[in-house]
Amino acid sequence: MNELIIWYGELTTPRRLTRRGLKFLGVGMLWILLFLVLPGLVLVAVSFATRGSYGQLEWSFTLENYKRLTGFSVFGWTADYMIILWRSVWVAFVTCLAAVILSYPLCFFICSRPERTRYLWLMLVVIPFWTNMVIRTYAWFLILAPEFPPARIAHFFGFLPPNTPLYPNAFAVYIGMVTIFLPFVALPLYSSVERLDWSLVEAAQDLYASRTRVFLQAILPQTMPGLSVGIILTFVPAMGMFVVPDLLGGAKYMLVGNLIEQQFGASRDWPFGAAVSMALMLLTMVSLYLYRRKHKEMQIV
Amino acid sequence: MRKLHPVISVLSMLTLAFLYVPLLAVAIFSVNATRYGLAWRGFTLNWYIKLFHNEVILNAAWNSLVLAVVSTLAATILGTALAIGIDRFPWTKKLGTTLDLLLHLPVVVPDIIFAAALVVAFGLLRMLSSFFEPGLLNMIIGHITFQVSFVALVVRSRLVGIGRDVEEAARDLFADTPYLLRKVMLPLLVPGIVAGAMLAFTLSLDDFVISFFTAGPDSVTLPLFIYAAVRRGVTPQIHALSTLVLMTTVILIIGMERFTRD
Repeated sequence: MNELIIWYGELTTPRRLTRRGLKFLGVGMLWILLFLVLPGLVLVAVSFATRGSYGQLEWSFTLENYKRLTGFSVFGWTADYMIILWRSVWVAFVTCLAAVILSYPLCFFICSRPERTRYLWLMLVVIPFWTNMVIRTYAWFLILAPEFPPARIAHFFGFLPPNTPLYPNAFAVYIGMVTIFLPFVALPLYSSVERLDWSLVEAAQDLYASRTRVFLQAILPQTMPGLSVGIILTFVPAMGMFVVPDLLGGAKYMLVGNLIEQQFGASRDWPFGAAVSMALMLLTMVSLYLYRRKHKEMQIV
Repeated sequence: MRKLHPVISVLSMLTLAFLYVPLLAVAIFSVNATRYGLAWRGFTLNWYIKLFHNEVILNAAWNSLVLAVVSTLAATILGTALAIGIDRFPWTKKLGTTLDLLLHLPVVVPDIIFAAALVVAFGLLRMLSSFFEPGLLNMIIGHITFQVSFVALVVRSRLVGIGRDVEEAARDLFADTPYLLRKVMLPLLVPGIVAGAMLAFTLSLDDFVISFFTAGPDSVTLPLFIYAAVRRGVTPQIHALSTLVLMTTVILIIGMERFTRD
């Protein structure tokens, strides 16, 4: 440990180097351990605790919270929570798919702009990316209001009673989710589309490949890196999304995020809230794992 | 330039409209004279003037600013040190992977889970000290925790980018560690540090979930205020406030872009 080494021009010993490295890492790592890892472990522990009659924690080990999550209670079995979990995955999936379908044309369009104005078009995607989620969500209150065309059209076709807004319902949740997450797919995808090697696309066209084949075999593989980042950036937060279903879905279209919020807010049932969080964490890890197995070349950030 | 199929252009325009029409509606109704309903009753800046006389809103804006500034400063310092610590020392492969994993945690864990974990942890810590009552301090701690990762990741990519040649040259010329940090590394790292700090600042201003879970009655921020207000019903005043927040975002983005471009 004490022999002298040369470390990038510095004559030092491994021990001194380690000590200095720890000084750099120390506070930051301590912070992350204290306020991220430790709370995470506490959350795991709490998911096995019991809720006292006043909402306080009681440390008696139980699997009750997980049993309740799978639908078993003293009143028999219900699928309510399972439906909410499944719905969250489904909404995240649909959101992702819609965002990808809308992002491809948009990215190709921006790439085709002249050099001078391309940057301005790109800014149009960057601005919503950074705009506050609460504002972007409630802005739909106006568009979906009874006075405006969307609600009137829905009324005309008999989907909606007169003078009612087009929210809260499942449709509004999907609309809101896609607007929130579209820039999350479009921005990483753009960086891939920008670097696209067009000679491969032309080669495919020269060989009389159909449009679908050109996309699937010449464009898709080349844009996979950006697309992967976009999908991960959308799917994971979309599953845990709470603002959009809360404002645009209400009690009619609850997602797992709302369920968690409810346990820590109104119901004050921390152990059950912790168990639901664990379920969401599991869903996140499973989806990351499945995705990773399919696309070995993926890298995050 | 490559010719685009007209369908692609039309679709793109529709997509952009889909993103912007709701925001434009907010801006338009923020200057509408009528208080209730969505009929147009003439132009007014009344709602904007009223904003600046509203104690609660001014307080929320102040809270947002304090939260963002304090947490960004702390996260930038911690994140920069962390990035140097991870990148510039001969850690074993196993430790390196662990550090990497810890650093990516806040990026991959859904923020609602992180928020729930903080609620529980602060709830238990409260038994030890009243320091952990819900409020601005807890929000600052929460924000620093997720910002640190983002700052560290940005600074680390800059560290990798600048390479080690200059440092090695400085060491060859007998620079000691403080001198090397002050005169060689930090000046080279400035663009990365500033970019990381700006990212952290915008993340903090933008955050809703973590603030929502850790806020106390006196520490309402602008996103929390808007959320609570729209649940009671939208008013032109909220539109005016949202428009101002939107404009601030646009200015911040343009500033960020200008800085990182050159």
